[in-house]
Amino acid sequence: MLEPKYKTRLLDCWNDAKQLRAKYYENFLKAHEMGGIRWAGGAWSFSAVPAGLGDDVYSLTGEPYGATVAYNKDFAAKCHDATEAKGYARDLCAYMRNYWGSIILDEYAWGGEFPKADFLWTTHICCSHAKWYQVAGELEGGVPFFCVDVSVGPYNEMNERRINYIVSQTMDGIEWMEKVTGRTYDDEKLIQAVYNECRATSLWAEICTLNKAVPAPLDEKTMYSLYVLSTLMKHRKECADFYEKLRDEVKDRVTDQIAAVGNEKYRVMTDTQPPWAFLQLWRYLEKYGVVSIGSLYTFGLTGIFEVKEDGTWGPRTTPQEKGIEIETREQALRVLAEWTLSRPEWQHFYSPELKSGMMRRIVREWKVDGVMLHYNRGCEGLSMGIAENKLALRKAGIPVMHFEGNMGDEREFNLERTKSEVDAFLEILGAK
Amino acid sequence: MITAGIDMGAKNVKVVILKDGEILAKGQTLSGFDQKAAAEKVFNEVLTEAGLSREKIDHVVATGAGKDVAPYANGEISMMGADALGGFFLFPSARTVIDVGAEEGRAVKCDDKGKMVDFVINERCAAGAGTFVEAMSRALEIELEEIGALSLKAERAVPMNAQCTIFAESEVVTLIHEKTSKADIARAIHDAIADRIASMTRRLGIQKDVVLVGGVAKNVGFVSSLKKTLGVNLLVPEEPEFVGALGAALLPQKGIGGSEK
Repeated sequence: MLEPKYKTRLLDCWNDAKQLRAKYYENFLKAHEMGGIRWAGGAWSFSAVPAGLGDDVYSLTGEPYGATVAYNKDFAAKCHDATEAKGYARDLCAYMRNYWGSIILDEYAWGGEFPKADFLWTTHICCSHAKWYQVAGELEGGVPFFCVDVSVGPYNEMNERRINYIVSQTMDGIEWMEKVTGRTYDDEKLIQAVYNECRATSLWAEICTLNKAVPAPLDEKTMYSLYVLSTLMKHRKECADFYEKLRDEVKDRVTDQIAAVGNEKYRVMTDTQPPWAFLQLWRYLEKYGVVSIGSLYTFGLTGIFEVKEDGTWGPRTTPQEKGIEIETREQALRVLAEWTLSRPEWQHFYSPELKSGMMRRIVREWKVDGVMLHYNRGCEGLSMGIAENKLALRKAGIPVMHFEGNMGDEREFNLERTKSEVDAFLEILGAK
Repeated sequence: MITAGIDMGAKNVKVVILKDGEILAKGQTLSGFDQKAAAEKVFNEVLTEAGLSREKIDHVVATGAGKDVAPYANGEISMMGADALGGFFLFPSARTVIDVGAEEGRAVKCDDKGKMVDFVINERCAAGAGTFVEAMSRALEIELEEIGALSLKAERAVPMNAQCTIFAESEVVTLIHEKTSKADIARAIHDAIADRIASMTRRLGIQKDVVLVGGVAKNVGFVSSLKKTLGVNLLVPEEPEFVGALGAALLPQKGIGGSEK
């Protein structure tokens, strides 16, 4: 093991992140006891929209829930058995199977019975999302379900007609929510939630941008526990406030050269969700002075970036920073739609070259020595085009390897085999 | 400097002892259930053959699927890194080394010093590894050692559609029932595995010269099929199954890739 070269220490706000996450899952469980309502949907759903129903509206986003289940291998195996016994194929989205399995077993990953949602609100861009919640609603005995189709093309081809298509659906969605909940919608709460979401997702992009520093102030395994908050509650004030606090702390770490990995010598990036039950692979890298600085996935699943004047990537300027005042429901939904469509992790659905371009940018700007791609059999959406990305990176002269696995189904991941492939890659980099 | 390389392969453990670039002794045995014990046994046999005591070995480097349990090792190198070093040592013109072993097929690209620069692996599928040929030999009821020479007697190419060992076996049974000659079936088997390996290697980019190593390289039928499929000449060492162990033994002398255990 290499001798530490930099100072290192745990994040001061680490426990804040843990508490926020725990509270989020507890709130969903206890929502009805508190007189509130529950909705469930994808982490990419327009979560700011149900916020207009009141401050006591709590959500459960499916992908981070599926990842939580995946981390508990025994429970994940039970979920897979339960879904397969119902006749669902084992090559479907692993998060979705973890989620459906929890419903079928009536077991919540955090203990107790699975809390049924009052309504389901999601978006559809990957091949699974709409069916995920359609089936979830059926398994839960007929929970009302609304899905917004957001597959309108890449951001660099955006136009008003495409944005209108999304805005009109979310306008309809609000009317639908009022009907299924019997509540009156508050546009002011929507507007605040949109501001929160823009602030939170821009801040996360800023935090990721700070990781361009050498040594990297954050490692990807730690980032997984931090970015997750934006997949749970990107529209909530406490999420944006936490990221502001984290951003300030990470800035200090950059100034003081506090490293995530004290012996940092080589920098890699990964891609797609990791095999959640085997995150020790990321610590294994550190033994050889290798830090994973993140990935397009960690950065851009929720982080919103823009190209700055100097041509580099940085956090997107928020509407409030631009002095834009949102005054109406329609305007709020338009801002939200336009903001969301610039999400980096949505672009590859239209062309792998768009993703390859962003990956090359990260390699360049984050000073990455090599790329480790996870051919993730558990997520067809984020793995789409990944072999094309590998070819593009290789063509650009960037050392790249891939390993096969599954983010949520351990039957499709072999740690020892993967480590032997990683060993070879570390030899190529000169780290081993 | 005297060094030893131990290749803890999935089916066999191979040991090579090297002194200043010359092979002093080598040996192999089945990995069996207790791979560590098998390795200890063959290591000591090879030491005896070389007329050396263990203390005389300056470095012992392990590679292969079971390298973590290799006895006596104070260094390790990946299978791909060892292939590159070993293949390059035997053929300095080598830039691509293809290794087809019992459970895995892989291809490695190396530079003009024998250092691995890229690799690709045929993952989780017996259809690109020696196990495939073994299973097909059983289906044809012929000895594994005979299937290579037999396939060279084939009179025609029979396409084999299956991409999976299990289905390929049933396809072989169908061909037998259709009275296809064993030689033609043997060739179809080798063509099928060659297609897999060639397709995998093309993903890496084929750079000449191409060296073929690993136990399956002893199968003349497979070598013939792979040559035809890749459209390049293949350099095959006399004892291709020892190249991984040789590469491991070379590591302390080359000092590239690998690390201390």
